[in-house]
Formats: sequence, structure tokens, C-alpha cells
Amino acid sequence: MSDRLFVATEKGLFDLRREPGGPDWKIARVSFLGDDVSMVLPDRRDGTLYAGLALGHFGVKLRRSTDDGATWQDCGLPEYPPQTETELGEAVFKPGQTAAKLEYIWSLEAADPARPGSLWCGTLPGGLFRSDDAGTTWSLVRTLWDDPLRKKWFGGGMDRPGIHSICVDPRDCRHVTLGVSCGGVWVTRDAGETWQCKAQGMWAAYMPPEAKDDPNIQDPHRVVQCAGYPDAFWAQHHNGTFRSTDGSESWHDVGTPERPSSFGFAVAVHPHKADTAWFVPAVKDECRVPSEGRFVVTRTRDGGKSFEMLDKGLPAAAAYDVVFRHGLDIDETGDRLAMGSTTGGLWVSDDQGDHWQCVSEHLPQILCVRFG
Amino acid sequence: MPRVSFTPNLERHVHCPTGEAAGQTVRAVLDAAFQANPAARGYVLDEHGELRKHVVVFVNGTPVRDRRQLSDRVAPSDEVYVYQALSGG
Repeated sequence: MSDRLFVATEKGLFDLRREPGGPDWKIARVSFLGDDVSMVLPDRRDGTLYAGLALGHFGVKLRRSTDDGATWQDCGLPEYPPQTETELGEAVFKPGQTAAKLEYIWSLEAADPARPGSLWCGTLPGGLFRSDDAGTTWSLVRTLWDDPLRKKWFGGGMDRPGIHSICVDPRDCRHVTLGVSCGGVWVTRDAGETWQCKAQGMWAAYMPPEAKDDPNIQDPHRVVQCAGYPDAFWAQHHNGTFRSTDGSESWHDVGTPERPSSFGFAVAVHPHKADTAWFVPAVKDECRVPSEGRFVVTRTRDGGKSFEMLDKGLPAAAAYDVVFRHGLDIDETGDRLAMGSTTGGLWVSDDQGDHWQCVSEHLPQILCVRFG
Repeated sequence: MPRVSFTPNLERHVHCPTGEAAGQTVRAVLDAAFQANPAARGYVLDEHGELRKHVVVFVNGTPVRDRRQLSDRVAPSDEVYVYQALSGG
């Protein structure tokens, strides 16, 4: 099991380690204390660490470390191109929106397992970027950016649309699946030369009846892919939990059997068992607290036909923790999970969620957890 | 020549010494300053060359009016201050 965990928070990046066989996780290092760290990528290909920052005054930054976090350097940044008045007029942003600018790094993933330094970066306001030099330079994926359907995306949770999930198919890294809030699920099978919106089967309770089935207006809060069975995906959507078993060609709503709510942000899928996935439910829509103050994780082992509620080791009562979309991770064994909350709670489970160990109740708001 | 200084809070991210920079507009003065210190540019200006939302520039005691083109005039004896706005938290 992975004994290293990176926790990106509103006030810094925490590097936690656990002695092999030991019981406790310890904070080994804090980087960027005081800064909003929106995303972290511990790159297993070459050991490079990447961190996306959202500095309140001085803009978005991307930093990398090639000495395991001891020192960090500024990378290049994804940059949005100048836009014509016509393009601005077509964008479905809120009134007063000017040209698109980099607002937030919401996802970072290794692009090609055989080529260290190749990266995908998903951003607000909706641009996907590619780097092939470890983030030194970035290119906007124009095929997606220029797609007429992309221009219809709108903000979900954030003011602007954004790409929060990037699933690179382990069989073929040219096959990439994106989760977009709000823009549904987008798929390329040719490394970004062509794209298709693939959210058929999702439905949206927040849209008029005529538009609720439109794939391009869906709000999948998080999309994850099973590493061992890459045709299997799970999506925690704004108004439901959806599953695909055919490479996101179609999705179906698993409903809310035996669960407090189908609303939430996070989802994790077992790396080898496509039917097993974890969720952290909350009260919809803008309320966003655990139902009746009871903070639980739900797990299905049968593809969503049934769910178990897991709460051993979690706060007993009156807990108002919410787990954001990148706040739940699973290691490559499928046994160890980590979960970080909006109120700074951090828990780890070594038995697939049956029992949780509280690592801290006092971290800053947690935006992303990732095993190293 | 106009004098340019930066909020000390930038020092945590990038070294920004106070110095002189030639130019008759805020744009020209900042371009000159960033030519000497290119790492600082992206902390003050966005990818379109506009002032970042929560950065404010003063010429002497007056905040610049044109945050996009940075066309406000600067005299040789002026002081240009690059500060962080309280709106950024």
C-alpha cells in the first residue's frame, strides 16, 4: 500500500508519510504555506511533483519539484489566446465576461506513460492544455476549444466552466476521457485531434425538461475510470450517480438505493474491481452538508445495485464535513483510501472503508488528496 | 526616470527590487521593469497583458484608470507603485 499522501489545501500542500507497518501518518513537509493549492500531481514516471496554485493576488501558478518537494520552480503556464469580439459574444459566460484567461488549474495528469514530462492540464474557464516538456511550455488543445459545443459550456460550482477530470486509458494513452462542469463527458481516441461529447444517459434535474438529456449540459462533478477494466467509469453527477460499462458510450443512473443522498462530489473506483466504488453523500443542491449531520462514506460492490454506509472511525454526530471532487483517493492496491474534507478533516482507511483512521481534524480546507 | 516599487508581499514568490524604469505610460514603465526582471511579469499581468484582477498600480497616489491598456501617463519624476488590492483577500 502507498505510504505517502499529498494533501492540497487552501493554505498549502501537505506531504504526509507513514512508516511501513506503523500506525500513524505524520506531516513530513509543508510547501506553499498560506497559498491556495488547487491540484497536485505526484508523477510516478520520474518522481517529479507538480502543484497548481491559485494565488489570490498574483494569479495562477504551476510549480514543479525534481527533488521530492525540497525546492520548487515556476513552470510555464497554460495561456489562453486573445479572443475576437465575435468569440466573446458566443461564449456562454456570465455578463461582463471579458476574454478567457487562466483562472484555475483543476486537473493535472500524466499524458503518456512512456514519456515522462507529457502532461494534460484541465483548467477554468474550460481549456484543456498539453505539455510535452514537464510543464515548461503548454499548448491549448484548439480542437476542443474551438468546438461549437464547447462554447455552450457553463459554470457549475464555479462561475466558469472547467475540466476537473482527465482519465487516460491505460490501454491506449491516445484515448482520453474528460469530465466537465458543466459540459458533460468528452472523449478523444486520437490524442485530442477529434472529440465527442459522450454523456448519453445522464440527465439534469437543474434544466428544463426539453434540455435535461442534453449531453453537453451535464454536470458530472467527478469522473473516474477503473484501471483494470478501463471500459468501466463512474461519475458522481450533480443529481445522481451514473455508471458506464462501455467506455462512456452510454451511462445509466444507479439511483439512490440504501443511501442518504445521491448528491456529492467525490467518487473513487477500485483499481481492479469495476463494480466497487465509494462516494461521500451530501444534501443537495446548495445545502451541501451531510444528511442530518451524519458524515458517512457509501460503498457499492455490485455496480450500484446496493450500497453500504461506512462510518467506523468517522465523526459520530453533528459533522458538517463535505468532500470535494478531488478529496477522495484510492491507492493502487484498492485497499487504502484517503479522504479530506472542507473542514480540514483527513482520514485514511486500510480496509476499503470498513474502518477509518483520523489523521487530522485541523488541516485547512482540503481540495485534493493523492497518494504518492 | 520614473521609479517603480512593488509590494513586499511579492518577495515570497519572486524578487522585485525597487528601481527606475523608462517610459511615458504605465505600460512602457512596466515593460521596462519586466524586461529587467521577466520572472515578475506573470505575477502582475495576465496572459493578455492586463493587470491581474487583484493587483493595483498607483502613479504617485492615484490608482491607474486603464487596467487593460495601461495607458495612464507617467512623468519622469513620478513614482509607480505595484500593490496588491485588498479585494484579493
